Amino acid sequence: MAQAPQARKPVEGFLDNKKFLHPKFVANYGNWKCHDRPRPGVLHHVSHSGDEVWTVRAGTQRQMDHYTIRKLCDIADKFAEGFVRFTIRSNIEFSVSAADKVAPLIAELEKNGFPVGGTGNSVSMVSHTQGWLHCDIPGTDASGVVKSMMDSLYEEFKNEQMPNRVRLSTSCCEINCGGQADIAVIIQHTKPPKINHEQVANVCERPTVVARCPVAAIRPALVNGRPSLEVDEKKCICCGACYPPCPPMQINDPEHSKLAIWVGGKNSNARSKPTFHKLVMAGLPNNAPRWPEVNEVVKKILMTYKADGRPWERMADWIDRIGWPRFFEKTGLPFTKYMIDDWRGGRANLNASAHLRF
Amino acid sequence: MAKQPHATPLLDELEKGPWPSFVTGLKRLAKDKDYVVDVLGHLEHSYKTRKGYWKGGTVGVIGYGGGVIPRFTEIKNEKGEATFKDAAEFHTIRIMPPAGMHYDTSTLRQLCDVWEKFGSGLIALHGQTGDMMFQGCTSENVQPAWDEFNKLGFDMGGAGPSVRTIMSCVGAARCEQSCYDEAKGNYLLTNRFLDDIHRPALPYKFKFKLSGCPNDCMNAIQRSDMAIIGTWRDNMRSDETMARAWFAKHGMNELVNDVISLCPSRAIQIKDAGAVSKDAHITSVKVSDSQSLEINNKDCVRCMHCINVMTGALATGKDKGAAILIGGKSHLKIGALMGTLVVPFMKLKTDEDYEKLTDLAQTVIDFFAENALEHERTGEMIERIGMANFLEGIGLEVDANMVSSPRSNPYVNTGDWDEEVARMNAKKAAA
Repeated sequence: MAQAPQARKPVEGFLDNKKFLHPKFVANYGNWKCHDRPRPGVLHHVSHSGDEVWTVRAGTQRQMDHYTIRKLCDIADKFAEGFVRFTIRSNIEFSVSAADKVAPLIAELEKNGFPVGGTGNSVSMVSHTQGWLHCDIPGTDASGVVKSMMDSLYEEFKNEQMPNRVRLSTSCCEINCGGQADIAVIIQHTKPPKINHEQVANVCERPTVVARCPVAAIRPALVNGRPSLEVDEKKCICCGACYPPCPPMQINDPEHSKLAIWVGGKNSNARSKPTFHKLVMAGLPNNAPRWPEVNEVVKKILMTYKADGRPWERMADWIDRIGWPRFFEKTGLPFTKYMIDDWRGGRANLNASAHLRF
Repeated sequence: MAKQPHATPLLDELEKGPWPSFVTGLKRLAKDKDYVVDVLGHLEHSYKTRKGYWKGGTVGVIGYGGGVIPRFTEIKNEKGEATFKDAAEFHTIRIMPPAGMHYDTSTLRQLCDVWEKFGSGLIALHGQTGDMMFQGCTSENVQPAWDEFNKLGFDMGGAGPSVRTIMSCVGAARCEQSCYDEAKGNYLLTNRFLDDIHRPALPYKFKFKLSGCPNDCMNAIQRSDMAIIGTWRDNMRSDETMARAWFAKHGMNELVNDVISLCPSRAIQIKDAGAVSKDAHITSVKVSDSQSLEINNKDCVRCMHCINVMTGALATGKDKGAAILIGGKSHLKIGALMGTLVVPFMKLKTDEDYEKLTDLAQTVIDFFAENALEHERTGEMIERIGMANFLEGIGLEVDANMVSSPRSNPYVNTGDWDEEVARMNAKKAAA
């Protein structure tokens, strides 16, 4: 820590973003009329004033070394107009005020290994978390799973061939920091935590840990004469919620922390109301460095949707039309008892009707 | 020139394939920094053993209670010494990005300079909370790195039980669907809650996300305690030239299958051009000499679908503002919750309008701070105390837009019915 006498008083406050905006954005702020996509990866916005701006979107690895960011800045300075923007899915956007600047910009980006795409009905970059690189509670890596997925979906990022946009996420534990998505890959633990009883009393505030359990499966206990905790393993749902406040309750396991796949999360209000993603596959091995089993299932679901979805159907809309029985039939994924929701409010997910599909 | 790299056969596999590789980026940093050589060794060890090895701790900067995510290695030899000694500490600094994540290149380069000097050189743009994540720094360098970021005009993001860094979409800067000034909302909310962002003292985290329209690009309804979703309450606008051009290109099958049939509230019909209703709440636009789209704005739920398909030909209205939903969150502890509607429409045009927004936010946060249990999110608190009590607590009147349907069970005491109706009528009369 710095010494108090030299302490600099921080300047608290949030910057106005105007100085970071492309001049065309400032001139036409709140006055845009429409946009179209001349090709995948390019947005063309037209203002009520008649101004036009072309935006080229490219994928990045999200965790970027400063050399990569400087390279993107060089491209922005030489081939765009010195301004960039990042999307919520870590794509970078360059905006230019003339159509003839688009092709050279795309060529330069692709020459430097940045794929141009991620717009419209493409598969955009995976929204993800830190994983083994930096998280204190990760069941898997994030960047690695994402890299292997995006390698396999590279052409789907660069083209707009899906029925509607596809948003993916990955999360390294059930907290699901990656968020809801059309397809989400999330760690699912399958064994209760292994408790290091030597450490619990030193590291954990026991009432907090007890309170954190969603199913009241944890209680205080004396183990080998020391205050510790015990888990009712019949009740435990292996969610891992006790692990962050009490690391001696080790939930991560190289073998038994599996990956699960969820589908049909939709953030937009377009057509149907927003939806949460639903469990469709579990038990996939945490197979670093490239997670081939996860990739295979994700790709199978995506290709089934691509072939069968109608224009503008998001994953959730498509499944709503064809029904869950046919989703499982078409994707070849097993429908198991684990998909029957028994959590609070779960009855709303049961079929209270004679609506059937055969 | 840095020390000899560790063998990383597993991570090397992630340099293959066409997508940009974070491993390649780390290796480039490792050429100059012993620190990153050991970060790679540390990560390879995780890949080999399939476990994480960072633990939290306490590292901060002067004047702030959060914003730095401390990490200390747990890979140690039998003497308790770090195996990867140059990367024994790997803290992250969360810095709030400009609203909408817009940058000029000179600013990005200055941020890179700071992190090249004081940190690993690895930057995630952006973290799931919406911050710039400056990943990898020793305890000693956290304060000087922060000082430099702050001198550039940037401020620390939220972490822990605090108001978190606020996210807003690309917004009015470059989107025709924008229904209010998202960046202004973000700016005003952030500056109103700086103390709650920087000095965690709430029961648990509180997130604001601002989306300019119901497409909700910020995932605000799913992911934020208070979602501010742009919408409008007058008629949709239309543009005949663009509607005709769209129809000429796409034809009747697409108009019927992709626009009219997918309207969730059956608010759109195709009509003979001469037979279009003249009612005040109708939007109509000719797609050809003989046929028009007729949209009943009273039936429209403002979902955005037809506007997304026929952008420019159809557009949001002009009487714009935002709907506010409260209580969205992810799984832990009681399961994922969507935010639910508490304000159907708040006009957002004048400074006074925006002040009403930040005042409401203050009321909600004050109520949350007073009433939530430790580690309980706003949505969970509402689930526990009931929405009607929450509304009363924050001084909002009930509205039929707040429900998918009225209650379907009789387990409620309606003994004060007459008083409640009289109270509501009196309030309506006074308004």
